[in-house]
Amino acid sequence: MSHQTSHSYLEANARERLQHLLDTGSFEEWLPPSARVMSPHLAQLDAPVAFDDGVAVGRARIDGRIVFVAAQEGGFMGGAVGEVHGAKLVGMLQRAILEQPQAVLLLLETGGVRLHEANAGLIAVSEVMRAVLAVRAAKVPVIVLVGGSNGCFGGMGIVARCANMILMSEEGRLAMSGPEVIETASGVEEFDSRDRALVWRTTGGKQRYLLGDCQGIVAESIEAFRAAAITAIDACQTLPVALSLAALEAEQALLRERVARFGDCADPLAIWALLGVENPEQLPMLEADAFLAATAAHRLGVPA
Amino acid sequence: METLHYRFENGRTALSQAAQLVGVVSSGNLEVLIESVPLQGACEIEIKTAARGFGATWQAVMSDFQQRWQLRDTRISINDMGATPAVVSLRLDQAVESINTLGTPT
Repeated sequence: MSHQTSHSYLEANARERLQHLLDTGSFEEWLPPSARVMSPHLAQLDAPVAFDDGVAVGRARIDGRIVFVAAQEGGFMGGAVGEVHGAKLVGMLQRAILEQPQAVLLLLETGGVRLHEANAGLIAVSEVMRAVLAVRAAKVPVIVLVGGSNGCFGGMGIVARCANMILMSEEGRLAMSGPEVIETASGVEEFDSRDRALVWRTTGGKQRYLLGDCQGIVAESIEAFRAAAITAIDACQTLPVALSLAALEAEQALLRERVARFGDCADPLAIWALLGVENPEQLPMLEADAFLAATAAHRLGVPA
Repeated sequence: METLHYRFENGRTALSQAAQLVGVVSSGNLEVLIESVPLQGACEIEIKTAARGFGATWQAVMSDFQQRWQLRDTRISINDMGATPAVVSLRLDQAVESINTLGTPT
């Protein structure tokens, strides 16, 4: 397969994404499907299992750079993190501390914890968070890619924000609670989960980019994610990789500013207007390049 | 869940790689793990399916598959979440095509 043609990131499964994101034939998988390391909890519940428990991890090259990589399969149980799935992520991250690849790439597509596995899944996600911060402390940058149809939610949304950088497509979504959860907890007046335009305005890549939650917005293709990931890896060479108290305090100040300025906004359109974006109602219609041109001067936050 | 086993003897075609996985375990879909394993010329298939009671249909789809490909020394493992027979056939063909073409420079 060549990298000349364009492949949809949104429509690809986890393994197809890896195939076109990484240098051809360079992906060396750890605990591949043939190792059959599967969820013991799902088997006990007599529920379907997957040979890779919904995540592929390993070592590869991207434009020659050595990276460790994980790709969650959003099609299997919504990419939810169970005990084995989480342990594969943690094992890959801990190996990165020892072997010092140039970066770790996390292709996240997940609803968060796999509820079938209860506490084991919750502990797994917290261990992933700790491991991401340990990798950063060991001076290996962690870069998250979000562009799958399930988005990146729950505890894994927190994991994403523990990384050095997040790259998203407009179609990607990033948040803690998903739209149905918010509607169920707070009512349809608070958030109408069936209003797809509202859902994407609120949690989609463009909003995350404007609010400073993600550092790059890319077109909806695996090739665009590949180019952005290479640029991000190189950018991390000259940025602080480990999380510092100063960076945390800056993040906290940004969050306070957001609440103060936008706390009364009922819709992201109002936020975009307050940011000074001209014709905010047009933003959802713009392709990535035109969107960047229209908003570059107005976004909050600085790269981590 | 229901587990089904099939074994077809005296296949002719061996696989050119060790293992490949195609498909995803999601509603109406399945994953197929195909592996090259010494089995005295046989092709063994194990299916774990969420839809109970379709053994006769699986038997027919697997027999058709083995007639098409005549595989030897092949282990096929399937995790199924209610895929239709047509989807199962297409995934099985995709598995054989991926293991016999990927990694072969053309």
